[in-house]
Amino acid sequence: MHAMNSIEPPAVAIEGVSHSYGARQALDNVSVSIAPSTFAVLLGLNGAGKSTLFSLMTRLYAVQRGHIRIFGYDVGTAASEALRMIGVVFQPRTLDLDLSVVQNLTYHAALHGIGNHEGRKRADDLLARIALSERAKDKVRNLSGGQMRRLEIARALLHRPRLLVLDEPTVGLDIKSRADIIGHVRHLVAAEGVSVLWATHLIDEVADGDDVIVLHHGRVLAHGAVANMVRTLGVPDMRAAFTRLTQECPSQTESQAS
Amino acid sequence: MSVELATPVRPSGFSPLQYAICLKGIVWREGLRFLHQRERFVASLVRPLVWLFIFATGFRQVLGVSIIPPYETYVLYEVYITPGLMLLIQLFNGMQSSLSMVYDREMGNMRTLLVSPLPRWYLLSSKLVAGMVVSLPQVYTFLAIAWFWEIEAPPIGYVAILPALVLSGLMLGALGMLMSSVSKQLENFAGAMNFVIFPMFFASSALYPLWRVKEGSPLLYYICEINPFTHAVELVRFALYGQVNWVSLAVVGGCTIVFMVGAIFAYDPSRGLLARRGEPGGAA
Repeated sequence: MHAMNSIEPPAVAIEGVSHSYGARQALDNVSVSIAPSTFAVLLGLNGAGKSTLFSLMTRLYAVQRGHIRIFGYDVGTAASEALRMIGVVFQPRTLDLDLSVVQNLTYHAALHGIGNHEGRKRADDLLARIALSERAKDKVRNLSGGQMRRLEIARALLHRPRLLVLDEPTVGLDIKSRADIIGHVRHLVAAEGVSVLWATHLIDEVADGDDVIVLHHGRVLAHGAVANMVRTLGVPDMRAAFTRLTQECPSQTESQAS
Repeated sequence: MSVELATPVRPSGFSPLQYAICLKGIVWREGLRFLHQRERFVASLVRPLVWLFIFATGFRQVLGVSIIPPYETYVLYEVYITPGLMLLIQLFNGMQSSLSMVYDREMGNMRTLLVSPLPRWYLLSSKLVAGMVVSLPQVYTFLAIAWFWEIEAPPIGYVAILPALVLSGLMLGALGMLMSSVSKQLENFAGAMNFVIFPMFFASSALYPLWRVKEGSPLLYYICEINPFTHAVELVRFALYGQVNWVSLAVVGGCTIVFMVGAIFAYDPSRGLLARRGEPGGAA
């Protein structure tokens, strides 16, 4: 990890966050810290609480208990600063299907107070990087699923956030599109130092060097480097580690690996 | 790895120019969406025109309108109901842009708006302004067609209604936004349209002067009197003749504020209904 870490607050600092929808507890005392310029994977089955955590990080819902800080900015008390730091790719598609590719990007720019000229410039630049320049004037409706996701990632980067959060971004995509997208995002981390929090239930999206957070029934079962987790649990690979963790700790125990 | 550090120096907030850019972007998107929904535009015009060309013509002989302010002579029934039909356009427009908010929220577009770093009250207000702006060309197009039907107001009226329409458009949009935050699903909202649009429209001075209602039912008269839609209609009716109905102005202004505050409250992440509604996007 980078030497900068010692003088920089973590990209994400989640401290004692609990959240419930009525009687159902979605998150239970979650504490996680993610260093800057890290590719962190939030691994959990459907219903683990990943989307809830994302909704809290992006202030769609207020934090009921605990604190979430993005590069030191508390989402509750400094929401504007925190949100400026985050680029979000939600699980459901959030593009305007009837608007063109570039119109979607300039709309997003406007939402961040970036004027048309500058927004257009950044849009052209980002579209070139995701090889969608020639589709700039096409309606989003006519793009493929993989292209839409790439566009959503480009849009999330348009205001130059330092943290990119993606909620199951490869759902519904074919193998090649999945590989393209995960490769693209990994490149952003390596080449540009963007921090990434990637939520998924697909274990094969985890690479050896990743920082992995295993979330299960609203609780963090383990957090650490893949190699450490595998070694600590004495299992051959991440898949076995995940199976072991989620089977051993269905919902009641307080186990905390790593 | 040391992690616990003081909060860094805050990047400066947003400049007025950035606020303006954001508002412009939201209005521009609403306008584009409107242009892409041509059937919505046609429907929004056909509805009042049916009332004007068919209903009003049929009722012309049945319902005589005596001289009441702001009219200085006997007026044809078509002339009487024109302001009400202008407001009908805005009522549907307000409900439809709220419907699009429900739809947007379910499709995730609302999330894009709400994760903008600008204050949420500003984002929602901008969304309201955008919906109102889109209603204006619809109303003026209707008036242009009505003009060929020989429903003519004094020229000053066409200018004077603009601020009245801005205010009434905001009020009806805010009401719709408030409803969209309460409505749990699209279906419920569609049901609520029937419970809101029709009662609001019929229990108002849009189709008949209230003194006539009073003769029929004093209770209904009082209901009409407290219906904000009545006051929106009267505000526009007076404005069309270059006059100000101060009572209606106060009621519409007050209701706009109340509905807007309610809607912003309802979309507030910590206190509002959004958080209580349940889980994000239907997926955990």
